[in-house]
Amino acid sequence: MKRRQAALVVRIAVLAALVILLEISCRTGTIDPLTVIPPSDMVAAMIHEIGSGELNASIKATFSTILLAFVLAIGLGVATGALIHRLPRLCDVADPLLASYYSVPTFIFYPLLVALLGLGKAPLVVLGVLSATPAVMIGTLSGLDGVAPVLMKLARVHRLTPARTFCWIVLPAALPHPFTGFKLALSYALIGVIAGEFILSGTGLGYAISFAYQSFDNPTMYGVMLFVLLVAVIANGVLYVWEGRLARRRSRG
Amino acid sequence: MGGATGAPTFTGMSDPSLQSARAGLTARRLRAFDTIVLVLVLLALWHVVSKGTHGVAISPPLQTLIYLFSLLQTSGFWDHAVTTLEAFALAFALSALLGLGLGLFLGGRRFAGEVIEPILAGFYTIPKVTLYPVVLLLFGLGMSAKVFFGVIHGLVPMTLFTLGAVRNLPPVLVRTARALRLSPQRTIRWVLVPACLPDIINGLRISFSLSFLGVLIGEMFSSQRGLGFLLVNGMAQNNVPLSTAVVTVIVVIAIAANTLMLRVGRRFARRGDAAGG
Repeated sequence: MKRRQAALVVRIAVLAALVILLEISCRTGTIDPLTVIPPSDMVAAMIHEIGSGELNASIKATFSTILLAFVLAIGLGVATGALIHRLPRLCDVADPLLASYYSVPTFIFYPLLVALLGLGKAPLVVLGVLSATPAVMIGTLSGLDGVAPVLMKLARVHRLTPARTFCWIVLPAALPHPFTGFKLALSYALIGVIAGEFILSGTGLGYAISFAYQSFDNPTMYGVMLFVLLVAVIANGVLYVWEGRLARRRSRG
Repeated sequence: MGGATGAPTFTGMSDPSLQSARAGLTARRLRAFDTIVLVLVLLALWHVVSKGTHGVAISPPLQTLIYLFSLLQTSGFWDHAVTTLEAFALAFALSALLGLGLGLFLGGRRFAGEVIEPILAGFYTIPKVTLYPVVLLLFGLGMSAKVFFGVIHGLVPMTLFTLGAVRNLPPVLVRTARALRLSPQRTIRWVLVPACLPDIINGLRISFSLSFLGVLIGEMFSSQRGLGFLLVNGMAQNNVPLSTAVVTVIVVIAIAANTLMLRVGRRFARRGDAAGG
């Protein structure tokens, strides 16, 4: 335990040292201020950008798109995962497909989606769903595979209805795996949506960054960038901690 | 559930080796058949989608294939393909070598590994696309920005996989090496590398696809050459067969490379099991 805390302290110190190093080299002009602005200015720019309210529409657009894609991906992924798991032959066929899925950069389909659905929210949602769903499917499949046969026998012995079997046996036994899938799905949806906005879009935070870059507006660019990265890190961090708790509770029970 | 139902049919026969060989052959044939069906279903789906949308977004499979063949005979296409390939090869080689070195180094030093690993894992999950403007400001438009962006994507998984492999090495292997008084070089050659190989190949596989992704994002966002540029350009000019053909090429390359490395990885993993047991 002590060792873990020590690692945490050193980790924070390393990160802080890197930030301070960046600050110093920006202030002394070792790094051109036209390339990278000092971290303190980034924070100030972020607070200014968020406080001014100009970004409110973009923030709303981006996060509602991510949330929608995430929810859809979970629904679709769990449903198809459960369905495939019931059909072993389909499972065998889907396996190599799922294994190769993430080797294909999903967002190369984005230009096609834009041509198909127009430049609105729809192609972004579809892109998010496309990149997040397989993670949920894989998690669901490995979760269902991990339910010990003896537990299913137990359910049969007690003559549980399918609904009760699911709630009382399958869900508690399988949960950590799908949860890992959900965690990945969130970061994939986030990456997919922001990448889409960044490459080709008229709204959202990704677009705001790309627009600021193209108009040489460095403070805005770094401010928005920092905001997006902070949100991503916090969201992933919360899920990471939650996942650890879930796994620990399982190993204890 | 699922997997349990199929297994018992192949067991309990008189001549297990012959029986299992025959069963393996049938299973393989069945799988090949299923794969062909899957490919046909996907092609049919592609056809239906393109017909249903009157070809505004994707062109039908056959037409795309014909277009692709004519595209493959133009030198312009090869210019773009070679540009992408060059950037990707550099990015992948750098990610693989640096990641391997970093992973071996951090895996051997427990505390350093513990400090760095969560930072890398956190970096792995953030949307790195947003950092591309910084990369462009640092490197300017062109090859080096793309390569650097590919390395950003590919380096982290390679490092994490190697680190994990070294850390999870069974202590008995290291102890055996010490008992046999192997020199450090021999320990690496005969113990470390064979034991970590399956994980290293897995890391290479993920690193391959991610550095490919990084290079393509770079080309799609702001570049004048390469497959990513060709794709975005095809869409901007409303040249549907062109963008569909480029997407097809990218998908085929990605899946082929991934499948190949999965196979190699599995073979090494099996060999490791056989040697260990």
